[in-house]
Amino acid sequence: MIRLINKSWWKYLGIILVYYTIIAGFLVHAPRLAILHESIRNLFFHVSIWFAMVILLIISVTYSIKYLINPKAIFDNMASEFAKTGIVFGLIGVVTGSIWARFTWGSWWVNDPKLNATTIALLIYLAYLVLRLSMENEDQRARISAVYNIFAFTAMIPLIFILPRLTDSLHPGSGGNPGFNVYDDVDNNLRKVFYPSIIAWTIMGFWLTSIRIRIKNVKEKIFELESKNLF
Amino acid sequence: MNLKTITVLISKEFTIELRQKYALGGMILYLVSSIFIVFMALNLNNASIHPVIWNAILWIILLFTAANSIAKSFIQEKKGILLYYYIIATPGEILFSKMIYNFLLMMFLIMAGVLIYSIVLGNPVQNMQVFSICVLLAALGFSSTFTLISSIASKASNSSTLMAILGFPIILPILLMVLKVSKNAIDGLPNSNSFNELLTLLAVVIITITTSLLLFPYLWKSS
Repeated sequence: MIRLINKSWWKYLGIILVYYTIIAGFLVHAPRLAILHESIRNLFFHVSIWFAMVILLIISVTYSIKYLINPKAIFDNMASEFAKTGIVFGLIGVVTGSIWARFTWGSWWVNDPKLNATTIALLIYLAYLVLRLSMENEDQRARISAVYNIFAFTAMIPLIFILPRLTDSLHPGSGGNPGFNVYDDVDNNLRKVFYPSIIAWTIMGFWLTSIRIRIKNVKEKIFELESKNLF
Repeated sequence: MNLKTITVLISKEFTIELRQKYALGGMILYLVSSIFIVFMALNLNNASIHPVIWNAILWIILLFTAANSIAKSFIQEKKGILLYYYIIATPGEILFSKMIYNFLLMMFLIMAGVLIYSIVLGNPVQNMQVFSICVLLAALGFSSTFTLISSIASKASNSSTLMAILGFPIILPILLMVLKVSKNAIDGLPNSNSFNELLTLLAVVIITITTSLLLFPYLWKSS
């Protein structure tokens, strides 16, 4: 995955898919459903951005595990930058979801288990950033934040994937309310845009992260060169 | 993992706890004063409190007590003692002994808390059986989560703030399940109604203990 950063083909793929998501997302034939109406098109933004967030956070945890097995600075960089991009995507998801909720459920914020769960997930990752900032020693910071990242992720699994299914929720797929497929709540036309849109936003997140990692690397190089000139 | 080492480490924790009486006394005073503040703030004149509020405030007080009392398990350890542990025990043994000690401490504090709380604000719990199991699992969940968090927080500079911001989001799934089961117990629902929640709670606690055991050796190395 680290090697992919210097390749460019996936960036073109990402650009094409994002354009496809936006153009087809607004033009595709959407089923007429009560309450939802045309707002169902938010599926390509709100839902898929949160799917992308979960993918980015999983990548972040993977790099934390990799760091614990093999402590290299690059793994720690990857883990923290992916977590940061995940936070940004989470915030975008909250905003788009809030607007959607206003026009379908009637208020900007409702007491819904999925909403609460993602808010807690954001809190956990913001705490992760605070933890990183409060340690000076780089080696120690990398190891301890990796431990917290893994611990927090395992604690989050019941929160996001199990608890919402046990309680009643306004979202589909909760409280014995089946998610995709069973009710045909994602019909075939929408699916043609929905799956590519997940890939599109994931690639955008990946791109954003890779730029930040490169900036970090360049800064480290500059710092090294400067410190060589000093002595 | 050697059982004998664990018992020795636990007995050492108890000896220290009994020697410095201010710690345990402080925690009980913390409970009493926060419960009394709640009592004064609600301004009850012989009127009984709504069960939902009774439930929520009880567990919030217990959560803060847990965070404060378990925080010291690693933060207060001196560097020399940590080095000494490193020689005599494996990381798993140390974490286990701390967890068991914190569990016993939490059981004591939660029971004391519930007792004082019931004296001051009344006790609406109808199904005592479910409530006791709920208290047991809550103590287990609080102690297992906060023990690892305390060892993470002890490595950073502003450890008391970190303890709260790292711990609270992680403890939330456990706390939500506990609140739900304890509400069932207050309403006097039969045992079978809370069975699923109790099982999920147990599963979450087991996940937490297992990941703590896996991750603690890496924290241990860096001290």
